[in-house]
Amino acid sequence: MDFSLNEVQEMLADSIEKFIDNEYAFDTRQKYAASDEGFSANVWSTFAELGWTAVPFAEDEGGFDGDQIDIMIMMQRFGRGLLVEPYLANIVLAGGILKRVGSASQKQQWLQPIIAGELQATLAFTEPQARYDTANIATKATEDGSEWVLNGQKGVVFNGGTSDLVIVPARTSGNQTDRNGITLFALPTDAAGMSINAYHTVDGLRAAELTLNDVRASADAVLGAIGEGYAALDATIDDATLAVCAEAVGIMQILKDKTVEYSKSRSQFGVPIGSFQALQHRMVDMLTACEQAQSLLLWATMTVAEGSDEAKRAVSSIKYLIGTSGQTVGEEAVQLHGGMGVTWDLDVAHYFKRLTAIGQLFGNADWHLDKLAA
Amino acid sequence: MHVTFSPEELAFQEEVRAFFRDEYPEDIREKRDNGMELEPEDQIRWQQLLYKKGWAGVNWPVEYGGTGWTPVQKYIYATEEANANAPLVIPFGLSMVGPVIYTFGNEEQKQRFLPDILASRVWWCQGYSEPGSGSDLASLKTRADWVGDHFVVNGTKTWTTLGQHADWIFCLVRTNTDVTRRQEGISFILIDMKSPGISVKPIILLDGVHEVNEIHFDNVEVPAENLVGEEGKGWTYGKVLLQHERANIAGVARSRYRLRRLRKQVKTSVRGADPLIGDNNFMRRLAAVEVELKALEYTELRTLAAVSSGRAPGPESSILKVKGTEIQQAIDMLYLQAAGYYALPYVPDQYKPDFADQYVGEEAETQSSLRYFNYRKASIYGGSNEIQKNIIAKHVLGL
Repeated sequence: MDFSLNEVQEMLADSIEKFIDNEYAFDTRQKYAASDEGFSANVWSTFAELGWTAVPFAEDEGGFDGDQIDIMIMMQRFGRGLLVEPYLANIVLAGGILKRVGSASQKQQWLQPIIAGELQATLAFTEPQARYDTANIATKATEDGSEWVLNGQKGVVFNGGTSDLVIVPARTSGNQTDRNGITLFALPTDAAGMSINAYHTVDGLRAAELTLNDVRASADAVLGAIGEGYAALDATIDDATLAVCAEAVGIMQILKDKTVEYSKSRSQFGVPIGSFQALQHRMVDMLTACEQAQSLLLWATMTVAEGSDEAKRAVSSIKYLIGTSGQTVGEEAVQLHGGMGVTWDLDVAHYFKRLTAIGQLFGNADWHLDKLAA
Repeated sequence: MHVTFSPEELAFQEEVRAFFRDEYPEDIREKRDNGMELEPEDQIRWQQLLYKKGWAGVNWPVEYGGTGWTPVQKYIYATEEANANAPLVIPFGLSMVGPVIYTFGNEEQKQRFLPDILASRVWWCQGYSEPGSGSDLASLKTRADWVGDHFVVNGTKTWTTLGQHADWIFCLVRTNTDVTRRQEGISFILIDMKSPGISVKPIILLDGVHEVNEIHFDNVEVPAENLVGEEGKGWTYGKVLLQHERANIAGVARSRYRLRRLRKQVKTSVRGADPLIGDNNFMRRLAAVEVELKALEYTELRTLAAVSSGRAPGPESSILKVKGTEIQQAIDMLYLQAAGYYALPYVPDQYKPDFADQYVGEEAETQSSLRYFNYRKASIYGGSNEIQKNIIAKHVLGL
């Protein structure tokens, strides 16, 4: 057992921290978030140049052979910086599917440009009626000669409005919630019959509702075996869950830091508010929650990276903790900042909103506690 | 001791129900039920209908045009008002400065201000907090200095809700700095927002809404007759006002309405999803909040029964404030969790009248996160819940 970062991981962590310190001030983040695309294309190019987009992919595909632990190191720091760039959509979600089931030529066609930062991609992993069940897929793909015809709806597709490529899980057989019978399709977002209603999300990011109306796909668009897409989908969502939990831990820590700092500088009744025991104990609880979350995140990520039998349990455990004590840390940070904590101008509110959004992604605390209790 | 309504109370309930059924404007009802924003004009129109009915001054004594209702009548009224999902009456005139004026103002002030407050002809806002004085309100620095026969006011007030629409502001100001206790030397004055030297700067809250403001006073002249009560006694008056405010914040009837609406929501399928009523985790948490709320409902009834009409409820109002806002926030969280992924879309324009784009999500879903974020303020405003606990410790427990 070893909790230390290796040399490569140290360098990765350092380069991200430097980038955020030097080039990603909160004001800059807000400017990117408000732009048409909702992120900075220049920053995304930098991600590619620095090799961050290549981290979780195999060396022979131009990647760095990284695993969930490397993604954790990155996402935790992205959380501290409150980055809006679409790492989750491109690298963890779309990249996660492509690396698992893409053929050599499909990887050449789509994964290479994703790694190069030249193609924006996403995964339409949920539907309007599905809540958190990834297998609940009503979108249908039917064969028509050598082609497939897709009809259905996808909800809350991250970065759907700015993506060139969307991976669409569709039902090719079975009932609406069967794990068998799900097939994955890589579709250009400008395909005939695809309409995209893009919008902002409460955490300053972007998403879209996707409607597929007789969208035609060739056999080349099918990723992996027909009807067997669930395994890749499920494993990718587990990776994504761990990734947002790492992001959340980064956010919890910075919220705790900012709250402690504020409590030392804000005076009421002639003394810093941090001198009140009632508030001190609450900040101690925030610290404990951060430490617990960091510990569980490490265990969960290592457990998944090592392919242990406990992997599913690990994912649900950390997501449950983020959804409960993580949420409390966010609420406490806002509360201890008083009125300032609920203003748009202060970064605290925006960290809190992202933390809240993460709580609702890939299964909320109830959903994962149910899995653990089963 | 009995829990059922008397025949008279039942008759009153019927009268209130009939009023909300027949007199509550259909266009406002529609906006409210669809989560649409109200214009200030809608708000005023509604409050003036209440005034015509004689129900504007719910807590006011009869002699000043109030209802003179018993606590049970007020409870019945609040319940029906919430059940109709009628707009919340803007509290700054009717619930806050009005009671201060009829309790501590002179005859001239009562005649000058109370009729317009009761009839919602004048929009009031609150000048209490300052950038450096939040929980520690008594440290306030806005000064009102005597110059000849009037005051000259300088300073900054903040978190002034809906100050952008206000005609008048009531302020706590420092009229004497040479005092032994900071609570002394504070006065309660009324200022016309059209006075030269006043500027209003918007503060945008975390949900992107312009609701509160910072108000700057730069050599603002205020006539001597706008001082309420005695000079230097403003802290006492201000405290009474805060007790009215806190009791008001508890929002028991509104919370009951929201829980009932949620009970309805969980039974219906949204976009073909399984109804949430099958989710035992969720339903247990919903039920637990209902128990807490039922307890608070009766705590509020007991508190109100103990005070005479028109008076403030005392430091016990802090208990109502803490528990009431905790319950509101717990309900916000339930709505948020019920929404799942559809808590995420941020499309505020779809709640404005001229929205012509595609709608995203159901109203209850996409409003859930905005409401959750916005109402984090509830445990901060009206004196933060930490300050309420200090008040309870000191004035109720005697610690």
